[in-house]
Amino acid sequence: MIANYSPTPGVSKNNPALVVKSVSKSFGGLKAVDVQHLEIESGVITALIGPNGAGKTTFFNLLTAFDSIDSGSIQLFGKDIAGVASHNLAKKGMVRTFQLTKALSKMTVIDNLKLGALRQSGENFFKSLFTPIWSSQEREIESRADALLDRFNLSHMRDEFAGTMSGGQRKLLEMARALMTDPQILMLDEPMAGVNPALTQSLLGHVKSLRDEGRTVIFVEHNMDVVRDISDWVVVMAEGAIIAEGTPDHIRSNQVVIDAYLGVHHDRELSHDV
Amino acid sequence: MDWGFIFERTFSTMIGPEVVIYALAALGLNIHFGYTGLLNFGHVAFMAAGAYGLGVSVYYFHWNFWIGLGMAMVYSIVLALILGIPTLRLRADYLGLVTIAASETIRITVRSRVMKPITGGAEGISEFSKPFYDLSPFDLGKFYKFGPFRYLGRDLWVLVVGWTLLILLTLMVQQVMRAPWGRALRAIREDEDAARSLGKNAYAFKIQSLLFGGAIGAVAGVVQVVQKGSIQADGFNPVITFTIWMILIIGGPARPWSPIAGSMIYWSLIIFVENVLRQLSPQTRETLESTIKLSDINIGQMRYIFVGLGLLLLARYRPQGIFGSREEMALDDR
Repeated sequence: MIANYSPTPGVSKNNPALVVKSVSKSFGGLKAVDVQHLEIESGVITALIGPNGAGKTTFFNLLTAFDSIDSGSIQLFGKDIAGVASHNLAKKGMVRTFQLTKALSKMTVIDNLKLGALRQSGENFFKSLFTPIWSSQEREIESRADALLDRFNLSHMRDEFAGTMSGGQRKLLEMARALMTDPQILMLDEPMAGVNPALTQSLLGHVKSLRDEGRTVIFVEHNMDVVRDISDWVVVMAEGAIIAEGTPDHIRSNQVVIDAYLGVHHDRELSHDV
Repeated sequence: MDWGFIFERTFSTMIGPEVVIYALAALGLNIHFGYTGLLNFGHVAFMAAGAYGLGVSVYYFHWNFWIGLGMAMVYSIVLALILGIPTLRLRADYLGLVTIAASETIRITVRSRVMKPITGGAEGISEFSKPFYDLSPFDLGKFYKFGPFRYLGRDLWVLVVGWTLLILLTLMVQQVMRAPWGRALRAIREDEDAARSLGKNAYAFKIQSLLFGGAIGAVAGVVQVVQKGSIQADGFNPVITFTIWMILIIGGPARPWSPIAGSMIYWSLIIFVENVLRQLSPQTRETLESTIKLSDINIGQMRYIFVGLGLLLLARYRPQGIFGSREEMALDDR
């Protein structure tokens, strides 16, 4: 069980989906990410938290190859993925969503989903000329897409432009679209940002259901209630480094984390130095 | 005023050679801009690549006309790769800068004296299209008239071949855009990062789009120079690119049949306005000449003013173009 791991930064796990070793990234003189060692257990929900500017999103971009690492290595299921292009990571079972939701506005909801399917023969220009080559795969993709729309309660929006959806619906759409790639790891960048509270519960339910299907979920989040509610393991970043990891309960009472969020002197009286 | 003549000219233009050539060019640009979101401001360069691929092969290498057609495609492919490989990894605007610069560089280079032995320089190349006209079932010098249409046999042969090509290529574009290939292009147009996160190699798709649209642009260039019977470097100037853009906007981007509709509207408006102005009564002409200096020469310019006015009205009342959907366009603002 994940709860049995020692709550120390860089602790090794039995079945790591991702292993990060000495990964660093600088922008000019600023070291944005400097992670010594981190393992992400597979089949559980891991939250990545930290104060603003901690480097969470940059770290996320490095993991998903949307940004290139300066040094170090990242292993996905034991295979080094440094230098692998972002679009190839989806084929290796890792898919991400974005903090600012990227619904493809001028495409219908169903087309958004159908796009997500991998290895479509109709995406080859020459094969696309002959409908019989790809039509049966297209039908199979469409039925999978319809099933996902049903699961995420978006069936009524099926043939609408994605641009007409509300913020929360777009989050659902993005998650459903990511699932079209049938990923082993889902990387969700602030899945609850801009979602109204009524929809939050249903979104949380969906995230939990991903884990229950055996998928690994990593998400960046600010809302501590959300983190406590759904995550099995929490990784805390500050100033580009991993400063703590553990179960949500451990993290809650971890002095290092409290100091990172609130400052070392947060519980002292404000006073003049004499 | 001879309305019969005006309408004969307008109708003949409506399915005439210019419409075919510009519809083909706009069809290529539609793949670039309409479906993929590539800002190609030098589309005329692909027409030039087609024209000189044919012309240089016949004029300089003394190859046969049909090999020249193959070379037209090769030139367009080379041009697309040169333009695309360095720029398509960058933001969209870089392609815009590079294409407009490249199209002018090509025009100025091929018309230079140094290049004269190869490209014919400023005088250009002529007498390369005989093998094409040899196949004509029509008497080249004879006028053919059917309904309101009237064409020289030579043009009629170009039209038969041109429209066949145009319709086949339009059907081909319609087919690939309905297929998953087209869906991936539209996704890249909407958000490249989203497409990449879903396993689409955006760079490869954009190169393919540039190649495909560029090849159709080259077909347009070939049809144009074969119809004219000569290749003139200065014919491939930026105004042509922007005319093609106008045609695409009139028709509505990302719709397969809009290049044809846009081209028909653009050219029939031009020819209609020109002929009406030329046919005004002598007194009216005299008044216009003394008040707003509307001489015979200025009529050519005047028709562009009317097209401009037409575009303004379009932008005001139908910004999505003829085939576009207003609902889709409104999504831009969100």
